Amino acid sequence: MFVPSSWRTRHQRYSLIGEVCPACDKHIFPPRDVCPHCDQPAGPAHKFNGTGMVFSYTTLFQPPAGFESQAPYVVALVQLDEGPMLTAQLTDVEAEEVEIGMKVEMVPRKLMEDGPQGQVHYCYKFRPLWAKAAQAGASV
Amino acid sequence: MGRFVGHGELGASWLLEVSKDTLKRDPGMKKVCIIGTGQTEVGEHWDKSILHLAHEAVTSALLDAHVESVDALFVGNMLSGALSGQENLAAAVADFSGLRNIEAIKTEAACASGAAALRMGYTAVASGLHDRVLVLGVEKMTNTLGHDTTAALGMAADAVYETFQGVSFTALNALMMQRYVWQYDVPDTGLAGFSINAHRNGCHNPHAMFRHAITEEDYSRSRVISSPLCVLDSSPICDGAAAVVLCAAGSSSLSDGSRYVAPVTILGSAAATDTLAVHDRSDPLRLAAVELSTQQALAQAGAGLDNVDFLELHDAFSILGAMSLEAVGYAEPGTGWRYAMDGYIDIEGDLPVSTQGGLKSRGHPVGATGVYQAVEAVKQLQGLAGPNQVPNAALGMIQNIGGSGASVYTHILGI
Repeated sequence: MFVPSSWRTRHQRYSLIGEVCPACDKHIFPPRDVCPHCDQPAGPAHKFNGTGMVFSYTTLFQPPAGFESQAPYVVALVQLDEGPMLTAQLTDVEAEEVEIGMKVEMVPRKLMEDGPQGQVHYCYKFRPLWAKAAQAGASV
Repeated sequence: MGRFVGHGELGASWLLEVSKDTLKRDPGMKKVCIIGTGQTEVGEHWDKSILHLAHEAVTSALLDAHVESVDALFVGNMLSGALSGQENLAAAVADFSGLRNIEAIKTEAACASGAAALRMGYTAVASGLHDRVLVLGVEKMTNTLGHDTTAALGMAADAVYETFQGVSFTALNALMMQRYVWQYDVPDTGLAGFSINAHRNGCHNPHAMFRHAITEEDYSRSRVISSPLCVLDSSPICDGAAAVVLCAAGSSSLSDGSRYVAPVTILGSAAATDTLAVHDRSDPLRLAAVELSTQQALAQAGAGLDNVDFLELHDAFSILGAMSLEAVGYAEPGTGWRYAMDGYIDIEGDLPVSTQGGLKSRGHPVGATGVYQAVEAVKQLQGLAGPNQVPNAALGMIQNIGGSGASVYTHILGI
């Protein structure tokens, strides 16, 4: 990703900032100029609570350029509790443990690096809710 | 299972309703004929540049049409900039192929770039702006290594919210396939029928990349690319070019010595769009732009689903075969895969599909595919399809999908 593009989209990628449409009250992610549900101007910012459900998932064995060293990794369609769906990597979980309907939560993680001298890109990823519980248990 | 549930009615109950305004066809428009076709063999042409591939298809189409010149050139291509470092492609092709000085432009609609060029050519002739035009689809995908080509294909998807997450284009289709298989309880080899049918037909197409049959066992042993999607669910990375010459019905071009006694006519041409990202669709398993463009194209042609003698659908991945049969209106949601298992889509079946191998076996040089479909449909309609001839084929539907459903072009060809 280009550096300015990365900077422009930092709030949505680091903190899941979307919008609520003032006309139809639907939640929107990512933020856009026009509400995709009612075609009215999209509304004020909304921070999503970050929890959702796996709608579908896949394990990539043949990744695109830039992601070679990470393969295999799991990508999912995640339906957020507030409504919108997004595409994101899953983390803190083995591929064979993933299933449709699994509850997940957002965690900001490193996504990729533009080479050894380049920018490090961070983004939302999602992990199973039980991974959070296990982590909390381990730290007690 | 009985006959197709769509029963030839426009707008089966599960489909989107099309605005009546979009179904009209201006009676003042000219009828558009296809008077010549050309195509290269699809494959890994390491010895040919994108311009050499284009030239080969252009030359054979002009020869087939018995004409030496055209008024304009429309080039369908997705990746010439990314994979050959060449933009301004249409001028480059015109220059290289001896068509210098004519109007030439490239159209880009991801994997539907070829059909987009066909529609641009169609509108130019139908409107009376041009009398005779050449439509070319060309793609050169083997200049680069696999990861780079995969990344370039990913540009069809949302750059920030899909591709940047590490999703390949194959992975987007795998996400749809995983959900489809889960939601509709499809067995492990449930989608294999589309690939088996495509390869069976591709065996007899001298221009196909893969001319060998595959079995259900081959399919189940096939390597997984992006679970649950395997190699034999996927169309290949390849090079190719195809071209058609269009002219207005009644044009002097038709009497210029063309051997096309009864030329094929484009009876319907329609395009529609949907959300760019799969995750933004209200139902990721539904191809709304297929639904809309199909109904519009059929209405223009004054035809119903039962009138369609064969369908060249966009089987870039087997899941798209199933979802397309549903969105076109032949199968209810969740049942499209069954039609491939039951012989309905065979050459001898109720609805022959991918009659020359489709994207899976003929190959999918992305921006060229839509024009290959047109070339193959012309051959079917003229009775020149060889061992894959659909008996008495009089009306064919060709459908080209760009992205995972964002740009869809549907054409109805008849004789």
